[in-house]
Formats: sequence, structure tokens, C-alpha cells
Amino acid sequence: MISIFDLEKKFGKLEILKKINLEIAEGKITAIVGSNGSGKSTIMKSILGLVKPDRGEIVVDGITINDNYSYREKIGYMPQIARYPDNLSIIEVVSMLKDLRNSELEINPEILDAFNLYSELEKPFRTLSGGTKQKVNVLIAFLFNPKILFLDEPTSGLDPVSSSNFKDMIRNEKEKGKTIVLTSHIMSDIQELADDIAFLIDGKIKFNGTIDSFLFDRREESLERAIARLMTEVPA
Amino acid sequence: MKFILKIFKYELNNIVRSRWIIFYAIFFLAVSYALFSFTGDGSKAILSLMDITIIIIPLISVIFGTIYLYNSREFMEMMLCQPIDRRSLFFGVYLGTGVPLAGAFAFGTILPFIFFGSFNQLGLLLLLIVIGIILTFIFLSISFLISVRNDDKVKGLGFSILVWLFLAIIYDGIVLFVTYFFQDYPLEKPMLVLSLLNPVDLGRIMFLLKFDISALMGYTGAVFQKFFGTDFGIGISSLCLVLWIFIPLFLSLNCFKRKNF
Repeated sequence: MISIFDLEKKFGKLEILKKINLEIAEGKITAIVGSNGSGKSTIMKSILGLVKPDRGEIVVDGITINDNYSYREKIGYMPQIARYPDNLSIIEVVSMLKDLRNSELEINPEILDAFNLYSELEKPFRTLSGGTKQKVNVLIAFLFNPKILFLDEPTSGLDPVSSSNFKDMIRNEKEKGKTIVLTSHIMSDIQELADDIAFLIDGKIKFNGTIDSFLFDRREESLERAIARLMTEVPA
Repeated sequence: MKFILKIFKYELNNIVRSRWIIFYAIFFLAVSYALFSFTGDGSKAILSLMDITIIIIPLISVIFGTIYLYNSREFMEMMLCQPIDRRSLFFGVYLGTGVPLAGAFAFGTILPFIFFGSFNQLGLLLLLIVIGIILTFIFLSISFLISVRNDDKVKGLGFSILVWLFLAIIYDGIVLFVTYFFQDYPLEKPMLVLSLLNPVDLGRIMFLLKFDISALMGYTGAVFQKFFGTDFGIGISSLCLVLWIFIPLFLSLNCFKRKNF
């Protein structure tokens, strides 16, 4: 589904990604995990076209991305930080995106129910709380029924009920055959949701495989402990 | 082009509802109304309006553009994850910011003029509006260049204020210094070149010469009149203004296309 070959990226003198090779399987949930600054957001943003890699190739569903943008029709992205035009409402932003994609798809009522968003639809964004804006991120990411979903710290900023509903939605999407890529610092969420894990240290992939094999190899039951063990195995 | 128009439509919709733009339109409305009321003479009111326009428009355009672009960063990230190209997003946002700014100025200035019915000065007012609109787009281009090139918001805003300070105020000081220091030399042509290099000066000179008060500027005024009064001079100065819009705009577009979000 998504293949990354020899991906390199530097910011100034700082090497963020060092010859990353990664295969993200279709129909599975893959978590990209690593410490702060390890390059997980840079990988995600490179696939989305937000970051321009120095070297390497990314192929999404058979399309080499380069300066191509049509592949993004298949993608839904939920960013970590939400910010929308202050004076527009949810309905207006949704109609703008529908207009841009020439889509007639309507907002999924299940999302509105799960997040209790009905009363917020007409209000300008400047009046919405941070948590509500995060829910709008979910709404927009799922809006066009995309084949691939990128979720950057998806549960941060959500209350426990919304977070639980959202995790159910992620599972449902996977059941429908969607490919989901997520990053999170909450290891219990990853263990609960993900099938595969790509573990990054210092811009290099240290492990790429199923969570079960990752835990089995380290004789641990908890992902958090297994990751801690891997990090201590690797010289800094 | 269709993406540019679509993005422009929603940006425009967002910005016209911004309190800043409403305040900006009301400001010009109040100033213009006061000047027309107090002077009772259309040409004097327009001349005073020009003095205000030439300072306020660059300042507001460069600051509004810089802050708006920094505040739109996350929204732009979200937009760039849609199947649209960076060029369309860039021009859509540029036009969506520039048109309401220019519109607020034009609306605020024209309305009192119509109210007072000074239609004999229509040509001058239109010239003032055109210069104001051009200055809006020039300083918006500069603000886009600054904010696209600098990720640090405080640094970007500092640069923007510095650029305004330099072009609207310090530059004139430098010109005065050059005139004083080289007063024994023929300076008319270097002065012409210096004026062409600064959009604020260019706007001011184009306006003053049409106002027919160049005689007050002595021999230099006569030289300016000789240059700016001809088709060639008008062509060159218009070209300079257009270049002032497009050079920073395309430099920032180039940077925007390669930018890491």
C-alpha cells in the first residue's frame, strides 16, 4: 500500500531521517513509534507531501508521489494541532473541502453522534474549544471515506468518552479494509489498536513488524516495557 | 485556476467577516468623511488622504499579511493534505487576503466622496484608489515572502515592521542625506532612480505629479514631471510597481513550493 525507499531528510545540519525503508501493509493499522524528534512526524508528513524529502522515493497505492498531488484523494489526515479559519463554521469548511474534491458525500451522522457535534456545526471556529476542534479534525479526516487514514496523536485532547468512541471508529474503519497509519505517545492506545509497529530511533527504523512478534521477541506483555527494553539495548 | 478561485472564495468569505477588516474599512470611512467635512474641498481632502494612505496601507498590509499567514499555518497543512497543488493554495490565499484589504480601503474612501458629491475630482480619487490598491498588493507580497521564509513568528513580524519602517520612513531620510551630501553634483537622474526603487515614493510621486503641484518641488520637480509626465515615464514607473508586486510574490511562491510544513 505504502512503500518508502531510502528516504533521507535533513533540517539544516540535523539529519532527521537516515535511509528509511518501510512497507506499510494494506488493510492494517500501523503505528509509527519513537521518542520526541526521532522522525515519526517527518515520515508521516513526507508521505502526505508536507515535507519535501532530500532523497528517496515514496509510493502510495502504486503512485510515486514526487510533485504529484492526485494521490491525496485517497488520503484522510488528522493533524495533531487543529486550527481553522476563525470566521468560518464547520459546515462552511466541510463545503469548501467538498467543493475542492468535487464530492457530494455528506458528513457521516455516526461521527456527529459520537462526538455530539450537531449543536456546533454553524458556530464560527473562533468560538469552539480545543477539544471540539480536535473532533472536527476527525470529522474531516473521515469525510471522504478515504482508503488511507493518517492519524497524528489521534486521542490527545479528547475526553475519555470521545476517545473511546473514536477508537471504536478506528477499528470499524479497519474492518472495512482501510489502511491506517498512526502515531501516539500513549502506548496502551497503540497496543489496543495497532497490528504493526515501526519503531524509530534517531532517524532509523529499529523494528518493523507485528506488535505480537515485537512483544514475543522481548518476552514482554506490555508494549511500553518492550519499547523501554529496546531503547536500552540500543546504544545512544 | 479552478482551485485558486475556490480557495479564494472561502478565504474571502473568512476575511470579510474579520473584525480587523471591518475596523480597517471604518477607519478609512471615518478619516475620509472627516477630511471631506473639514476641508470642504475635494482636492485638499484627497491630498490629505494620500498622505495617510501612503503610510497606513503599507503598514496594515504588511502586518496583516504576516500575522494572517502565520496563523493559517495549521490550516494550510490541512489544505495541503487535500488533492490540490501548492501553487493554487498560495494564490488562493494571496488573493483572498489582498482583495478584502484593498476592498475595505476603496469602500471606506469612496463612500464619503459619493456622499459629498465631489465628482469634479473623480480622476484624482481614482488615482488615489489605484495607488492604494497597488500598495496593498505590494506589501502583501512582501509580507508573504517574509512569513514563508521565516518559521519564527516574532522574527517574521519584526522583519515586516522593519521593511515598512525602511520603505515608508527611513528611505526618505537616506534620500535626503544623499541629496545633502552630494549637493554639488547633478542629482536629478540618481534621484529618479532612487524614487523608482521605492514603491512608497513611486506612489507618492505619481500622485503628486498628477496633482499638478510639481512646481513646488523646484527643478527636481520639473525633471520628475518631464520623466513621469511622459508615456515612457508612466510606463516605466507602472512597470516598477508591477515588479514590486510580482518579484516578492514569485520569490515567496518558489519558497512555498519547497517549504517543509
